[in-house]
Amino acid sequence: MSMGRILAGTLLLAAVLAGSTVGAAGVPKDRDAIEHALNRLAYGPRPGDVERVQQIGLATWIEQQLHPDGLDDSALAARLPEQPTRPDTFADQMEARRWGRQSVQALSAEKVVRAIYSERQLEEQLVDFWFNHFNVFAGKGRTSEWVVDYERRAIRPHVLGKFRDLLESTAKSPAMLFYLDNWLSADPAAAERQQELQRERAALRGNQQPPQGRKRGLNENYGRELLELHTLGVDGGYTQQDIIDVARAFTGWTIAPANQQGNRPALAGGRARQLQQARGAVQEGEFRFVPMLHDTGEKTVLGHTIKAGGGIEDGRQVLDIISRHPATAHHIAFELAQRFVADEPPKGLVDRAAKKFRDTDGDLREVVKTIVTSDEFFKARGAKVKTPLEFLASAMRATGRDVTGDARQLVNALMQMGMPLYMCQPPTGYDDTADTWVSAGALVARMNIAQRIAGPQQAPSIGGPEFQRR
Amino acid sequence: MTSRRVFIKSGAAAMLSLGFAPGFLTRAAAAADARKRLLIAVFQRGALDGLNMLVPFGEAEYYRLRPSIGIAQPGRDNGAVDLDGFFGFHPRMAPLKPLWDTGMLAALHACGSPDTTRSHFDAQDYMESATPGVKSTRDGWLNRYLQATNSTTPLQGVAVTRQTPRTMQGRARTLSFAGVDEFAVRDAAGSGRAIEDSYARTADSLLGASAREAFEAMDVLQKATAGSYQPANGADYPRTPFGRALQEIARIAKADVGLEVAFAESTGWDTHVNQGSDNGQLAGRLDDLARGLDALTRDLGDRMAETVILTMSEFGRAAAENGNGGTDHGHGNAMILIGGPVKGGRVYGKWPGLRPEQRFEARDLAVTTDFRDVFAEIVTAHLGAPPSALPKIIPGYAAPRPLGIIKG
Repeated sequence: MSMGRILAGTLLLAAVLAGSTVGAAGVPKDRDAIEHALNRLAYGPRPGDVERVQQIGLATWIEQQLHPDGLDDSALAARLPEQPTRPDTFADQMEARRWGRQSVQALSAEKVVRAIYSERQLEEQLVDFWFNHFNVFAGKGRTSEWVVDYERRAIRPHVLGKFRDLLESTAKSPAMLFYLDNWLSADPAAAERQQELQRERAALRGNQQPPQGRKRGLNENYGRELLELHTLGVDGGYTQQDIIDVARAFTGWTIAPANQQGNRPALAGGRARQLQQARGAVQEGEFRFVPMLHDTGEKTVLGHTIKAGGGIEDGRQVLDIISRHPATAHHIAFELAQRFVADEPPKGLVDRAAKKFRDTDGDLREVVKTIVTSDEFFKARGAKVKTPLEFLASAMRATGRDVTGDARQLVNALMQMGMPLYMCQPPTGYDDTADTWVSAGALVARMNIAQRIAGPQQAPSIGGPEFQRR
Repeated sequence: MTSRRVFIKSGAAAMLSLGFAPGFLTRAAAAADARKRLLIAVFQRGALDGLNMLVPFGEAEYYRLRPSIGIAQPGRDNGAVDLDGFFGFHPRMAPLKPLWDTGMLAALHACGSPDTTRSHFDAQDYMESATPGVKSTRDGWLNRYLQATNSTTPLQGVAVTRQTPRTMQGRARTLSFAGVDEFAVRDAAGSGRAIEDSYARTADSLLGASAREAFEAMDVLQKATAGSYQPANGADYPRTPFGRALQEIARIAKADVGLEVAFAESTGWDTHVNQGSDNGQLAGRLDDLARGLDALTRDLGDRMAETVILTMSEFGRAAAENGNGGTDHGHGNAMILIGGPVKGGRVYGKWPGLRPEQRFEARDLAVTTDFRDVFAEIVTAHLGAPPSALPKIIPGYAAPRPLGIIKG
């Protein structure tokens, strides 16, 4: 869509909004508004979608999307590629790596198929949004082994739930613990106790040489990104000392070693088992809290005192404090508004969404609803440039082309457009603004991919400038 | 493919055709007149074993630490290529020795990051963003160089890689592609032309401008690189991904389209197991590197007078060999600089020694030169950025130390 037409459309829409076609909930009913909603809450309209939404009414459709459990998605289920299940144990590191690589490939195909075919389109958009918000990079060491689990169990169940739950599930996931190094973070004094245990273990196994204990100490990576990227935002008003105390609170939050899962406890010795099952130890799936590595002292985070000796509760208290901090409400509201409305979202809307976040204790369904039923949302037609994933999925939906065989070609196309799935290296995730995605090389890639996907009739529009916007 | 230029000139977009557009082509031509200085950055991903590339054969401790993988002293069978009586090249680096002899090649040892991470991911990130310890930096140092010098065409920064490397990411427009021939709009049954036409006509200023810029860059490149490429001066590139990438860089450089910073990468340096000595895994990688760089310098010929090639890798490897005939992740490492502007024939950097108390954490070669000193000197002394731009290009690094590797 041209800027001129966007402007004209905006003015027209403003006139319409003031008139009689506005629905009961403030949601307009006209075709353009429906198409707009399908471009933003979904991965673009398929042929016939606008009419289908018109029949049930846009407000109802949005409500349905906000409650995806009520939507029948059996057609998608039939199309989903088979997902490998993670074995309890691996023969060696090579096998673990191989599994990691293959499972991320399968998950990438699944993501593309879901974006094209799921009826729960908003949920798919939000899974993408929140994965990106809590980004992990499958290319860092062992991270890939846990990416499938991360998206399925840490992200997906919470995207329309409470922010606090989402935050804790990411904090405990092996993918995040590994990616941001918290699994290695330990109270230096506690680490010495741990090394003593390792020496005992080695002796129990009859090793000639005790393994060189990994030098452990406090690692601030997770603490910093938790405040800067996941919650408060870079200008959220925290200090370096806050980062250190947050990192101290999360010492001992680690990953259960692979050879100690399932039915294969590796420890035989009495003392070792005793230490492993020490008071306050917690095991949930592959997440483990190891009291021995934890800094038991008092911490101060954003002016709140966390009393000494809290164990795993220290980390939970930090999550309570930061998830309820007003800076977090604003940061999350801004990012969601940037995703759904405009690269520079209207301040008034961000403020209202942030207030909703605070009033509902971080109910993400309510925050999203506030944004996608707002006047500002409906006035922002064509204001966003599609990401490569949005371009690809919307092209497949618009042309009605079937994903034949597997989705690997589509996954590769995303790589060519500079958006390899699950392979965004920095913890910031992919940018959600036009200047990131509009470059000479990337546009040429889109033009060529449009011609691969669409026939000569549709290719010119799919590859053209209007279709790159949403 | 049909010639796009013919189409544009005859189509609705005649106004924008090259003949009439004083756009960036003119600027590129002006840039070419000025014969821009060129930096070719080579990233060795996976952590190069600098101690076996640039061998400290004068150090007895080296041979104690590496009984099975150490490179023998010069003069012995398959020994190191003597450079200055203390350091020598791995024998497979011999193709680069003539460049050392003519004073065009300098090496730098014990160089690296002030950050102590031994994670490939973090260390590459820190080197490419040139902000060690700061993970939230979004752009790369070469992109910030282009930003700070107000680059005008995307042809000033080209990475011959499928994705834009972190080093080149950022606000300044750059190009990344696997090769010149891939950077083209295909035309299936006329739809390619129709697509191009729609961008030429659009009132969408952002997308329109970027697309027209892409078309112009394509045109310029296609015209300037027409026909099959023949390397000059008998340059013989290895037929490997790295060799091909270097050849594409030479091709673009010689097309005189304003190239200023180029990027290529070389992989397979993570030699934990059986890395070999004068022969073997690492030797194969060094062979590819040396033959590639040798071909590139021959091919560029007298352009080397304005060119600096810089090799880098995220960190070095442990001083001692491990139990698997390989080396684990370490700290300090070696860099190589080649080109007319380089004061070559010398190994730079303070050598910290390899005895336990001289090593970093009693284990790795210590870092005595911050890699940002090298970057700072190249962007100012070679590429000509004003020193006042350094805080933008390498933020958070108050006072880079002059190394004197680049001729003033």
